[in-house]
Amino acid sequence: MPAAITKEGDQLHIVGADDLPESRKRTGRWLLIAVSAFLVGLFVLQALFRAGATDIGFQNWRPVLYMFVVWGIALGVAQVLMRGELGKRALFVLPAALFVASMVVFPLLFGLTLSFSNWNLSSLEGRSFNGLDNIRQMWGDPFYWNALKNMVYYVVAVSAEYAIAFGLALLLSAEIRARKFFRVVFLLPLMLSPVAVSWMVGKSMMEVRFGPLANLARFLGWEQPAFFSNPEIARATIMIMDAWTFIPFMMIMLLAGLQALPKDILEAAKVDGASAWQTFWRITFPLMLPVSVTALLIRIIFKLKLADIIINVTAGGPGGGTDSVTSFIFREYRDRSNVGYGTLLAMVYLVLIVIFMLVLLNVIGRVMRRQDQGAP
Amino acid sequence: MAATDTMRRQAVTSTGTAEADPTKSPARRLRYAAGRVLIYGTLILWAVICLFPIYWTVTTSFKIAPDVMRGHLIPFFDYTPQWLGWRSLGLSPDRLGEVSTVRDEFLKRFTNSAVTSLSASFLAVTLGSLAAYGLSRFSYRFGPMKNQDISFFFLSQLILPPVVLALPFLVLYKELALLDSRIGLILLYTLTVLPIVIWIMRDQFSAIPVELEEAALVDGLSVWGAFLRIILPIAAPGMVAAFILSLVLCWNEYFFAALLTSTDAKTLPVMVASQTGSQGINWWAMAALSTAAIMPLIIVAIALERYIIKGMTAGAVK
Repeated sequence: MPAAITKEGDQLHIVGADDLPESRKRTGRWLLIAVSAFLVGLFVLQALFRAGATDIGFQNWRPVLYMFVVWGIALGVAQVLMRGELGKRALFVLPAALFVASMVVFPLLFGLTLSFSNWNLSSLEGRSFNGLDNIRQMWGDPFYWNALKNMVYYVVAVSAEYAIAFGLALLLSAEIRARKFFRVVFLLPLMLSPVAVSWMVGKSMMEVRFGPLANLARFLGWEQPAFFSNPEIARATIMIMDAWTFIPFMMIMLLAGLQALPKDILEAAKVDGASAWQTFWRITFPLMLPVSVTALLIRIIFKLKLADIIINVTAGGPGGGTDSVTSFIFREYRDRSNVGYGTLLAMVYLVLIVIFMLVLLNVIGRVMRRQDQGAP
Repeated sequence: MAATDTMRRQAVTSTGTAEADPTKSPARRLRYAAGRVLIYGTLILWAVICLFPIYWTVTTSFKIAPDVMRGHLIPFFDYTPQWLGWRSLGLSPDRLGEVSTVRDEFLKRFTNSAVTSLSASFLAVTLGSLAAYGLSRFSYRFGPMKNQDISFFFLSQLILPPVVLALPFLVLYKELALLDSRIGLILLYTLTVLPIVIWIMRDQFSAIPVELEEAALVDGLSVWGAFLRIILPIAAPGMVAAFILSLVLCWNEYFFAALLTSTDAKTLPVMVASQTGSQGINWWAMAALSTAAIMPLIIVAIALERYIIKGMTAGAVK
């Protein structure tokens, strides 16, 4: 991913030499100042109303939201007025940047204050700051640490998915008939809603009495096929179901990589008498490394969000054996409706993910650089 | 060196073609056939693994209780298909003409899912394409942030787990009266797919030569005119790919919908998840509902497979 971010296409260079009249710039500036002042004023008014200091105010914060949208539009107009051609160019990125900033940065800051408070949404008391209590509670919460440990298992399982996806991609890139049919069929699991998969595969097909998978397991010699009674087996089953839906994703990326491989090198290897096994390990696999890294990174990112299947099939059981962090926080909120503690757990998880991803990117960067130097 | 290399290659090629011809030696022919059997065997095995759950879902929706309990598999052969499951949704042929509250409920959820996922995908593709185009063509400075930092800011949203935003949004939406509303869901879904759209569209735009816009600018079009009239039509397939990928993710989204909606804006996945009755699960009804929930995307996948693949492979291969 870092390579993909730094890569840039050709840039369009235009000399934006327009002389804007001073009056136009002034109009833009005043428009922005006026609308900003109005937004801040509305915000303060509503905050005071909420705090009980004034009687004037709105029932909810929605008018402030509308005002924020108006402010966003005014910001765009002001850009064009003040900066002319450059402002028009800024309009490309501005909407998305403003949208993401307001949808992520503000809630994250708000979440930070939430995570140091005790706030039960179903009680009338409202929020109260409780300092480091949440952190202390987290420290002694075996279920949270257990969920984190499970996430490690889940992430490690990606390697098996990768191996299967690579195998399937190799099969699909071989000389076969009906390639398009197989490609569409192999893609289908990715299209299915995880909730439907949870019910129809996890609960129906694995149902002990009549499920076809249970019958198959019995046929293969497993006397009492219970997929979710033992933590290890339950976790493995969740892994398999999640793998089933996401293998097509990696498979498609790897297939694209295989099809983009330089044909002449593979031909040359064949000509030089290399066996298929040697060709794969010496040529295909090293050449596929960049694509593999991208596919694995994106897959790991998705894996870290794993929750739907767990919530619907096992609800974290048995004994927390299948819990992911997301499903645990979901249940924690469902059972106690305490947003403060749940938010703190989520924030800690976010910090851990960021650290993990930074370390991972760093390691990958080093390995790739060594690979580049090692190659002639 | 190069000359000897080509000579050797030619020499081997001539024998190589002889070897590749499977009719020459019986041992080779056998190995070739075994390889074929192995390849097709694996392909068919995996195809069965992919298709059987879908088959199970669809066939179960035509079963009645005893058929489910006996684990019958093949319709007409070991059980007679019944409309029981579809009747419980008000969608069986005999119920279609009548007024049905369950059908209204189902259609409401279906509409919610369709409206939220289509609008969110549309919004994300609009915002994302504009941003991706800007980032691939102009150099920006927003305070200390340059193009690379802005790109990183957008793409880094991908690692943000939904659970981090879920509870703050729950409280914020309550204050904004957006809880249990489609607009609230649409905004969140747009946020979650936006990084993916930007990722795909950046790849698309950087593949389009700048000379096209330069010519358009010389002809007197403005920057936005060039973008709308010249670039958008060329980038349309990429936008379709981004749209469909977003659609898939939004249609299947469960976590936010389960937390943030209750009665009005509840989507199809939440309805599927809440189908447990007091007397256990009505598998036929569950299967009919699941079938209805997965069918739209299966049709999309079969009809628009190449766009999905285009979207997923954007930026992966260079």
